[in-house]
Amino acid sequence: MNARCKHPKWYGCLFVLAGGLMAGYGLSLSGMVRPEVVLSFLRFEDMGLLLVLGGASGTALLAYQLAPRLLRKPLAAPAFSVYSSAMNARTLGGAAIFGIGWGICGVCPGPAMAGLGAGDWSLLFSLFGMLAGAYVQGRYFGDAPLEGARNRI
Amino acid sequence: MEFNELFPNGYQHYLVGGLLIGGGTALLFIGAGLVGGMSGVYSSVWSWFSNAPHFQQERIRGNRDWRMVYSAGLILGAFLWLISGGTAWHTGVGAWQLLLGGFVAGFGARLSNGCTSGHGICGLAALQPPSLLAVLIFLTTAIATAHLVQMVGGV
Repeated sequence: MNARCKHPKWYGCLFVLAGGLMAGYGLSLSGMVRPEVVLSFLRFEDMGLLLVLGGASGTALLAYQLAPRLLRKPLAAPAFSVYSSAMNARTLGGAAIFGIGWGICGVCPGPAMAGLGAGDWSLLFSLFGMLAGAYVQGRYFGDAPLEGARNRI
Repeated sequence: MEFNELFPNGYQHYLVGGLLIGGGTALLFIGAGLVGGMSGVYSSVWSWFSNAPHFQQERIRGNRDWRMVYSAGLILGAFLWLISGGTAWHTGVGAWQLLLGGFVAGFGARLSNGCTSGHGICGLAALQPPSLLAVLIFLTTAIATAHLVQMVGGV
């Protein structure tokens, strides 16, 4: 049921692209692609990031909660994915480590990509760092292949 | 505290930007039925290059195609913003800070199976308690780290 883009429903792919476009535009407009803006929030100088997070999660909340009640299935796919995160040491410990890295550079995974489109090539340093970090995680600290089926982030 | 002190650079662009990020996440779900943050692609992309079992499991490998399309959309969307009047920005944060922070953030986000968008937007919107806890934890460690970095002279 995953990897829908491989299947003939190419218009599902258009929604994926359109969603990315909209989110990438929003990341740029909101300043989240600027490490300085993120760091100024983390240092309590500008609370804007809370508005970004609130606006984004509020909108997504409406979609996640209402769409499955109003539509039988997605507009261009067979079924809605169900998301669940696991309450365990990996989720919580990983979050603590993520926060340390985020606090060092002020760049999170989405902006590391979007920021390139907005013209800041320095973010390639963060992009390559994240790729390397994800590799080390998966190669040496990955979960067993059969366990991971619960999470779909 | 005065409103202007909380948002010295204005608040509209934050709010509208946030609504657009949420709108993109909503479009991904309503159109393609997909739930996903932005950090997953960093693991998925390795499924083309590494045979390590972690990268070859279904939830990583099986999601790589749409994640690549979504990532391309993020970059193009930001480029659209740039050519429609956005001002390019070149960060003053040093290369070592960007690289080291990126490495640690990438490792942690993939261990946690979510980042600011995965837990922060998708996880909260899906009403997942572990994601709420993850958000509170990474905000705490990020705030502490950002203050420490400033103390030792980082940007």
